[in-house]
Amino acid sequence: MMGTYYTIHFWLFSILAIVAAMAMVTRRNPVAAALWLVNVMFALAALYVMLGAHFLGAAQVLVYAGAIMVVFVFVVMLLNLGENDVKERRSVGAAVAASAIAGALAAELLYVVRAQPFPVDGLRPVDADALAPIANSLFTDNLVAFEVTSLLLLVAVVGAVVLAKRGKVAGEART
Amino acid sequence: MIREALFVSAILFSIGVLGVLTRRNALILFMCVELMLNAVNLSFVALSRLHGVGGQVFVLFVMTVAAAEAAVGLAIVISVFRHYRTVDLGRIRLLRG
Repeated sequence: MMGTYYTIHFWLFSILAIVAAMAMVTRRNPVAAALWLVNVMFALAALYVMLGAHFLGAAQVLVYAGAIMVVFVFVVMLLNLGENDVKERRSVGAAVAASAIAGALAAELLYVVRAQPFPVDGLRPVDADALAPIANSLFTDNLVAFEVTSLLLLVAVVGAVVLAKRGKVAGEART
Repeated sequence: MIREALFVSAILFSIGVLGVLTRRNALILFMCVELMLNAVNLSFVALSRLHGVGGQVFVLFVMTVAAAEAAVGLAIVISVFRHYRTVDLGRIRLLRG
């Protein structure tokens, strides 16, 4: 169904995403972790495009790699963490237990996906018009959810400003 | 292709779980949560090839919620940092019994 070219690039971006995610989880410096996460986001955007979701690939780059990661880096800059602040106490036992739990979860998920029969052919064709089907669904069937989302964003903006504001926020009187 | 994408999604999600369980830095913890959301988005996109465009619309909603979550969460981190001068979650123990 798919050519070798497609398969090679699919696995290339998949492995890039996984390696970058592992690097992100193990970095001590938040800025390094943020940059590795941007790497994951770009690889995922490529995977979205390869899976036929062209608009979401663009949105992924704009929203995640562009906006959310900038917020992260801004907060890192605001906090101005020193060398001692990023040092974490690590216990080997906790790390082993966490790895075991995550490994068990991965094994379970992989087993479930493996056991599921997926049709190799008969996939829906990728629409040449990348935007119209999404817009149709978004503004008709999901209109209420869309409006609620805009309300959520408004609440988030107000909440973020209130929480991060210096001054007469409860419990901040001492500073 | 869908199966492979779901494999990648499962692995990325597990890496995110690993990060949430091991890391004590609040910022990196948030990044791991974002990674988990992204892994779920990947499986939505993959399954939208089978079940129609609804999965892609849902990814849009997840992105918005992730943006809101990041904004509010990071504001909380800033506010906590002002109070405790640290983002190490091991040292923020007000609610510990």
